[in-house]
Amino acid sequence: MSFALTPEREREFNDILSRYPNRQAACIPVLHLCQEQVGWISDEVIEFVARRLDLTPAHVKGVVTFYSLFNKQPVGKHTVAVCKTLSCSLRGAESILHHCEKRLGIHLGETTKDGRITLRAVECLASCGSAPMMQVDKTYYENLTIEEVDRILDRLLED
Amino acid sequence: MLKPVKILSKNYDVPESWTLAAYERSGGYQSARRVLSSMTREQVIDEVKKANIRGRGGAGFPAGIKWSFMRPHPTKPAYLVINADEGEPGTFKDRTLMEKDPHRCIEGCIIGCFGIGAHAAYIYVRDELHLSKDRLWQAIREARAKGYLGPRPFGVDYPVEVYVHTGAGAYICGEETALLNSLEGKRGEPRLKPPFPAQVGAFGCPTTVNNLETIATVPTVFEMGGEAFSKLSELHHLGDGGCRLFGVSGHVKRPGVFEAAVGLTLRELIYDLGGGVEGGELLGVIPGGSSCPVLLPHETVSAPDEKSPLHPWHGKSVLDVPMGVDTFRALGTMLGTCCAIVFNDKTCPVAVAQNLLAFYRHESCGQCTPCREGTGWLNRIFTKIHRGEGSIEELDRVHEIASNIMGNTICAFGEGAAMPTLGLVRKFRRPFEDHINGKPCPAGGRLHA
Repeated sequence: MSFALTPEREREFNDILSRYPNRQAACIPVLHLCQEQVGWISDEVIEFVARRLDLTPAHVKGVVTFYSLFNKQPVGKHTVAVCKTLSCSLRGAESILHHCEKRLGIHLGETTKDGRITLRAVECLASCGSAPMMQVDKTYYENLTIEEVDRILDRLLED
Repeated sequence: MLKPVKILSKNYDVPESWTLAAYERSGGYQSARRVLSSMTREQVIDEVKKANIRGRGGAGFPAGIKWSFMRPHPTKPAYLVINADEGEPGTFKDRTLMEKDPHRCIEGCIIGCFGIGAHAAYIYVRDELHLSKDRLWQAIREARAKGYLGPRPFGVDYPVEVYVHTGAGAYICGEETALLNSLEGKRGEPRLKPPFPAQVGAFGCPTTVNNLETIATVPTVFEMGGEAFSKLSELHHLGDGGCRLFGVSGHVKRPGVFEAAVGLTLRELIYDLGGGVEGGELLGVIPGGSSCPVLLPHETVSAPDEKSPLHPWHGKSVLDVPMGVDTFRALGTMLGTCCAIVFNDKTCPVAVAQNLLAFYRHESCGQCTPCREGTGWLNRIFTKIHRGEGSIEELDRVHEIASNIMGNTICAFGEGAAMPTLGLVRKFRRPFEDHINGKPCPAGGRLHA
């Protein structure tokens, strides 16, 4: 099935193009736009982006596979990304991670059976002064405690 | 010396500090207005040179000199690109500027564009920082509506546009040429230099890449005057001027971002601003982001040569040396981003090395073999040693692997991974050997009690 942007995102697409001297530069922002709509970057999305930006699908695929935030397969409705780099680990990131795994009944990189939550361990998110932290979709949660993590996960599981 | 100042962070505690109204109440956009309506390009660059702003992204290159490399091209436009890809472990300062004072960043871009002869600036923000991006876009919209951006900023015939561009999760895009490739819609792989960005940068055009804090400092330079700004610093005489944001994280009682004049010492950052070490005594401090080799509290300065920038601190603790680009280079480490990571004596140094090399292995872009293979190899060795399965031969091989990365890669990522590795295995040889010899680790192999 071929991919198309919603009319609202189509306007955003044109706005993105207007910012750059060539179409290729819009590649990453447009991939973000597509991922926002369907949650991941399928081959259909790659074809679409290549066609609309006058690029080869190979170029777009090369870009998609380079960057960790482009999902190469479908993910849960929500993504929980726990920072595990040094400053967070010095303040207990490991126990936050283990707790999330136990609580959700999945390992890192997996998605809950109901497709609700994907759990990830990620590298530094520039929140070292408020460690430990995790990002849920677009929101940062900082200075985490196990209780706080439970409250956040509860909300996500009910959603 | 601890000289806390409220210059870059002066609006941080103001309600709705991110709005145009709040920024203008604090005198915002007056510098850009004056620069565009009454100064020449040369005067602007001269003032920034006098300010002695050493690049705040980690390399410490003088901003004014970088601007002076820009030459008008007969056919090509010039670009200003701002590096806000903040991803160096332990670094979290630029985010505060974007979230709390985005207009300061935009005003810096306007002056920067004028100074280097550009009409467009791209602020490259890592994708995860959604609030930063939103605040910057909102600031751009406000500034455009007010006529501060667009075809005639402040009524002057010098068009300036500012755009936010986002990455997609790759530490290497903080390397300036990787960032330029990423901006152009490619894989974020670093380019060979030369040509330098000032000759061939974004879209093949002359480009200046400045760190976000660097550009946010620029409006202040024109408010105070370059020389007065530089003299705030204890290290003015070394060409390292002004004030900057310092961060401290890890095992301290009050982690966070603090502003102070350049010349603050690590002791002041850890104990005065950071509230002291939490949970034990100080074991080590990584001074300015994870790529800077670790310093230990018992180390002293050895600089008998009067010409050394460190000579005034000869015999003193490394914790009492003013944090400057040249002073810390002379110490055998780097100032980096001025954001220190502190760990206490209940921390396993092998776990520190393992954690950092896991990061570097993950973030190596894979373009150069020594870095791609070397970071993976180092990570495997540290993981083995951490589990008690390593050997002395492997520990010795760490030196060889790290040395073979350095100088053999396109960009400085290789050094950024190899130098802290060498620092850790040299300074913590004993705990590494203990892990190998099966002696119990006093920290239980952990980073957090």
